[in-house]
Amino acid sequence: MTNSWTDIQNADVVVIMGGNAAEAHPCGFKWVTEAKANHGAKLVVVDPRFTRSAALADFYCPIRPGTDIAFLGGVINYLLSNNKFHKEYVASYTNAAFIVREGFKFDPESGLYSGYNADKHSYDRSEWEYEIGPDGIAVLDREMTNPRSVMQLLKQHYARYTPEMVSSVTGSPKDKFLKVCEYLASTGNGERSATFMYALGWTQHTHGSQNIRTAAMVQLLLGNIGVPGGGINALRGHSNVQGYTDIGVMTHLIPGYLGMPNDKEVDFKTYLGNRNFKPLQPGQTSYWQNYNKFAVSFFKAMYGEKATPENGFGFDWFPKADRSYDHLAQFEDMHQGKINGYICQGFNPLWSTPNKNKVAEGLAKLKWLVSIDPLETETARFWENHGEFNIAEPSKIKTEVFMLPVGCFAEEDGSLTNSNRAILWHEKGADMPGEAKGDAAVLAELFVRIRDMYKKDGGKAPDPILNTDWSYHDPKNPEAVELLKELNGRALTDLADATGKVTRPAGQQLSSFGELRDDGSTMAACWIYTGAYTSAGNITARRDNSDPSGKGVHPNWGFAWPANRRILYNRASADPQGKPWSEKKAYVYWDGAKWTGADVPDYGPTVSPDKNVGPFIMNPEGVSRLFARKFMAEGPFPEHYEPMESPLDNAFHPKTKTNPAVRIYKDDVAQLGTTKDFPFVGTTYRLTEHFHYWTKHVHINASLQPEQFVEISEELAKEKGIASGGWVRVWSKRGSIKAKAVVTKRIKPMMCGNTPVHVVGIPIHWGFVGVARKGFATNTLTPFVGDANSQAPEFKAFLVNIEPASAPVA
Amino acid sequence: MNVELSRRQFVIGAGAGAAGTALGAFGFGEVEQAYATTIRPFKLASLKEARNTCPYCSVSCGMILYSKENPQTKKMDLVHIEGDVDHPVNRGTLCPKGAAALDFVHSKTRVLYPMHRKSGGDKFERVTWDFALDRIAKLIKEDRDANFMEKNKDGATVNRLTTTGLLGGCAASNESGWLTYKFARSLGIVQLDNQARI
Repeated sequence: MTNSWTDIQNADVVVIMGGNAAEAHPCGFKWVTEAKANHGAKLVVVDPRFTRSAALADFYCPIRPGTDIAFLGGVINYLLSNNKFHKEYVASYTNAAFIVREGFKFDPESGLYSGYNADKHSYDRSEWEYEIGPDGIAVLDREMTNPRSVMQLLKQHYARYTPEMVSSVTGSPKDKFLKVCEYLASTGNGERSATFMYALGWTQHTHGSQNIRTAAMVQLLLGNIGVPGGGINALRGHSNVQGYTDIGVMTHLIPGYLGMPNDKEVDFKTYLGNRNFKPLQPGQTSYWQNYNKFAVSFFKAMYGEKATPENGFGFDWFPKADRSYDHLAQFEDMHQGKINGYICQGFNPLWSTPNKNKVAEGLAKLKWLVSIDPLETETARFWENHGEFNIAEPSKIKTEVFMLPVGCFAEEDGSLTNSNRAILWHEKGADMPGEAKGDAAVLAELFVRIRDMYKKDGGKAPDPILNTDWSYHDPKNPEAVELLKELNGRALTDLADATGKVTRPAGQQLSSFGELRDDGSTMAACWIYTGAYTSAGNITARRDNSDPSGKGVHPNWGFAWPANRRILYNRASADPQGKPWSEKKAYVYWDGAKWTGADVPDYGPTVSPDKNVGPFIMNPEGVSRLFARKFMAEGPFPEHYEPMESPLDNAFHPKTKTNPAVRIYKDDVAQLGTTKDFPFVGTTYRLTEHFHYWTKHVHINASLQPEQFVEISEELAKEKGIASGGWVRVWSKRGSIKAKAVVTKRIKPMMCGNTPVHVVGIPIHWGFVGVARKGFATNTLTPFVGDANSQAPEFKAFLVNIEPASAPVA
Repeated sequence: MNVELSRRQFVIGAGAGAAGTALGAFGFGEVEQAYATTIRPFKLASLKEARNTCPYCSVSCGMILYSKENPQTKKMDLVHIEGDVDHPVNRGTLCPKGAAALDFVHSKTRVLYPMHRKSGGDKFERVTWDFALDRIAKLIKEDRDANFMEKNKDGATVNRLTTTGLLGGCAASNESGWLTYKFARSLGIVQLDNQARI
């Protein structure tokens, strides 16, 4: 989230699209209710289903699954062609005035950008860049009339997204689409703000990242980024999925969103040289210029005293990635027999990965599998036969499996990072059951055993292990406080300012990432968490819920990264002169000597407005990007592509139906279905009574929603002869499940041009372990393909068929 | 808290005070006394409180956990969970999932002991931690010794292991996350991801 849960109370318009906060984030949704009740905010919901969020909305507009870019692209066209955007914000705070290279082109006929390589399914993106002058500075046209300016290219690109086109592609009635445009346009003035709340309804598509980018572009055009009640807000799904991402437990990351080195980065100097972030406009902050300090401080946390300037701070010991080893790539490798051992820590991939049958085949090829989880999972029991729910022959499955018991949230101290980046400490409330240990203790015990074997017996490449800093008080059970202190970082030698005065003695915890150095005199595992545990103690344990500004900031409740900022890019809440856009939306502003206001300024605290430093301090251009340059796999402007399985052709460009930059493996192409056999659109989702595959273990939730079901419209039920409450079989090219049918008015067929599209709604929560009735993995149905940028799987739009059936046999 | 009395304490106190005063004011002093002896002490008052966070979605609602010592096991058992009214986001509310979180902690399908399923076996068997950890450490080392790549075909140092993978959790703490990261990268594991990918 750019903003916070409590900030939603400041919104004038709330758009829930690609999410269903009332059911999936009920206690966060209360801030929508507050905004509606206290100052008449309007809630707009755009969703294929009439959800409970829709039931509470002032306005609901249906949409065909997987067509969000067509819809939002239409909003962009509406704002630009009706002159309803925030002109000064766009001119000063976005790259609308930047000139794009001549080599960048989009061909509306083919639906492709310049640089496409059809064999590789990818683009040469080198021309997707600004025109750069001889001084290394990007060329601008402040009038934004140059046909090569981002503004003109943007207008041209989205001119095709007319209301008629939007309606025929998305199935949203034209008048309803226009009404949503009007609601949004009412905020493009600095007096009012709109927020977008989204979740996996946007991410789980082969164009998921671009769904979110399109919404971000709408918000930039409206001047809604950096302001109270604005922003683009990802409602994250798990209690610490934000923290695990921040800390970089992902194939491509070093903690704090630093990049994983690749094979071509043969030494630390080359690695850093590829990340120099030279400003593209004079005097811009380009804060990533401090990358070296963050990276060196990370390597000092990783290798301790063994990391020296002479050995590139241990860079050689650190693994280099020659390609992406993301979750889907891992299961492809596993299916090919290229993975021997696998550790699942609080993760149930048999149930949460697309194409369950492929995943089960992969798991059976492992030599060993370890599940570290408070609960039994389907993954740990993948080798068991559960009839139709999980067909297996144990004797033929050679995988050795461990289930290791660990504590859960209630049984440990530690911090979690919520959706709005707020890190909050929690206390142990009970002892662990049986012989369970903490998650950290399990891995620490393993690490010490492995390290001791390398010490004693030798083995291949022991250095990376032996040189890893593991100087914990109890190496087999590091305390949470020790680890948080390491994430925050400390001075390793006395730190002095330019005059030689010691500002931070050796050994002391740091207060801010501004103190980090690139000479090895500081360590910090995750620079954005610096400030979480300072010399003043555990800042994440702060429980002062006061809100002096009355704007829902709560600045002394826990610690929000970075630097305790609650709204990102908040300098943009003031105009270029530093004055709030409006009194009502005043947030961070210039008082003549410094930046002040309700929040920690996301800006140099004393940089005066006349210095013309842009508010988007992380970007080398100092402004935000309507044109994404070379950073998105399928193009700098989001373009509508159909889901990999879709009932319709691409009305914009039939020659390119689906995302041309998508990565899909050979076997998985063969497992894509067509409308001939699978005429209906399947989409998966959560219920308010359940959480993924956990709450089927929970007595109360299993009682509330005991049994698997799918939702269909009255029209489809009639067409297929399906009775409400009767059993149905739903199947895709990849497999088949059975469930009870719920025939509902909440799902309606959508007319896309002359084609009616039926949606089959598939809640995900049942399995063969737990106390709810046994159910199928809904991911038996889903295609094994992900977003071209993030590789998030396409769970929200795929093709299925449905028919009446008999009950499953366990 | 920077105020002396939290809202939660205030609510509890106000409720108890009102009940006592009402009976007393109506002249039922003896009745009140007799009645009071039949009332068991307010259970929550004798319990240990801990501030925690709901394990489900990322609204991360504040929770108060109440626990007491189990006389048999001498372990602290969780007996009640309620929303933390001091938490600025949830202000004491919990959803149907969070409100039932006590049953999650006490789920019958919690794993209690290290369990092992032999290759081709038809059941899980209880094993000791030492057996499990020694065996897993050995399996990891065997794979690493056999498949770890120190240099790629161009001779560049890459120090990676692609044959052992790790999927990280999404409800474990930041501190566990950092140790998981350090563990994986130290071994050279690049097959590393977490729930955020989905």
